[in-house]
Amino acid sequence: MSEKEQEPREDENKEKQSRMNVSRRGFLKGVGTGAVSVALTGVPLVLPPDAADAAEALAAGVKESTVRLNVNGAAYRVKVKSHWTLLEVLRREMALTGSKKICDRGSCGACTVLMDGKPIYACSRLAIEMDGKTITTIEGLADGETPHPIQSAFMQNDGFQCGFCTSGFIMSTKGLLDKNPRPNSDEIKEALSGNICRCSAYRKILASAKAATQKG
Amino acid sequence: MKAFTYYKVNSVPKAVSLLAKYGEKAAILAGGSDLFGIMKDRPEGPKFKMPQRLIDIKGIKDLNYIKDRKGSLKIGAAATLSEIVSSDLIREKYPLLAHAAAQVGVPQIRNVGTLAGNLCQRPRCWYFRRSLFTDCLRKGGGTCYALDGENQYHAVIGGNGCCMVYPSDMAPALIALNARVEIATAKGTKMVPLEQFYVGPRTNLLRENILSPQEMVVTVEIPKPAAGNKGVYVKLKERDAFDFALVSVAVSLTRKGNMAVNPRVVFGGIAPVPLRSIRAEAVLNGKDLKVAIPEACKAAMDGAHPLKNNGYKVDAARGVLEQALGLLA
Repeated sequence: MSEKEQEPREDENKEKQSRMNVSRRGFLKGVGTGAVSVALTGVPLVLPPDAADAAEALAAGVKESTVRLNVNGAAYRVKVKSHWTLLEVLRREMALTGSKKICDRGSCGACTVLMDGKPIYACSRLAIEMDGKTITTIEGLADGETPHPIQSAFMQNDGFQCGFCTSGFIMSTKGLLDKNPRPNSDEIKEALSGNICRCSAYRKILASAKAATQKG
Repeated sequence: MKAFTYYKVNSVPKAVSLLAKYGEKAAILAGGSDLFGIMKDRPEGPKFKMPQRLIDIKGIKDLNYIKDRKGSLKIGAAATLSEIVSSDLIREKYPLLAHAAAQVGVPQIRNVGTLAGNLCQRPRCWYFRRSLFTDCLRKGGGTCYALDGENQYHAVIGGNGCCMVYPSDMAPALIALNARVEIATAKGTKMVPLEQFYVGPRTNLLRENILSPQEMVVTVEIPKPAAGNKGVYVKLKERDAFDFALVSVAVSLTRKGNMAVNPRVVFGGIAPVPLRSIRAEAVLNGKDLKVAIPEACKAAMDGAHPLKNNGYKVDAARGVLEQALGLLA
């Protein structure tokens, strides 16, 4: 996937800034007004000038930091608190609400995203741990208005009922098929074992994943 | 989660120096699967508080490896369970280990969960893990809510004082393989047999292992199995797709003709520690394996004291052992 080869680069035109957070560039632009309040409140600037300084700051302990991450092919710099989960940052700070928050305890799978190609529970990882990682969410699958073949397979096979768990099931399927394009039924069941569907549409979910394997 | 200070360290001495400085107020962060669950629920008690500092060890290169060294297997604390499942070295020479790792959680957990994290997870007991039950013995309080409460998932052996169960899948497999853990302290490192790493409630009500708040596990070392060694891990779950063990058993033994030699039988999910059954091993050792299975299964549960709702675990433990031995016979 080309999106995974794309490294976050500060000078890149595609670089997006989280709207609600101060990035280094955004901070410098707004320095005339911003610096005063920062100085008055005594909040340390967690905007390290380079990676070595950032590593030093992280080794000394931080309560917030700026993480560089590639999400769905675009490079981001996001200022995060240490205790924010990846899921919270994706949904709240980056407005990527396709990954769902249900149990928030690493049990239901609705928050499944790919980290460097591997399915993980975004609710059970800190955003601050994600510096330099490549994340793929459900928003990264479709090509414009054209659904990804896995999404099409779920639609054509009614692989959902209420749909709230669906993005997680699709991301688990994506993680499987990227690694193993022709899985057997047991491999599909194993790959989807970390996702729960409370409507119990499992039969059609498995049929959808099976259909997706036949498109590749 | 509430705010904490996050450290990302690149060496074991740095991690240990932070532990030495902050003790119980700090925790090692690797996969976080168990740690974040607890930190979100905040089930605090008189002697159980949430860590205020997390020390992320995933950036320590010395902790992320799986290698064959002089015939024994060494696995760094931060190697993930997925890496163990997919390691050709482990699948070929230590199939019991790959087999157990494949049964931990689900892909999303195994992709981040580490071996040492699995070995250091906190108890499985819903009273321990809920914030409502502040007087829980294991949190430093004076009550075991499970004794008179809902105890269908609790211990049937060794539960005097606290009847939680130790849920690790890797610990029974590694104890069956006679593994040792290397523990780092501010003064250096020490090796301890994994079997002696775990302690029951009568030794320490507040911790499940011998680690002091200043120490961390850095390596797991498994000796080369004897020629003809075979092993298997059988795990019974209430929900087959994804669950902790109701009961599980790891068996390692060497076949000499029909005989079982040097068997090691270790149960998970039935006691506050991964429980080695010396009695079952004694029945099996040097005997015709097929003939000895019924007596071994009976002996394994001698001394069991089930609670109101978990009597089924006695039969289930005999059942998983029978299944495991049958696979090896």
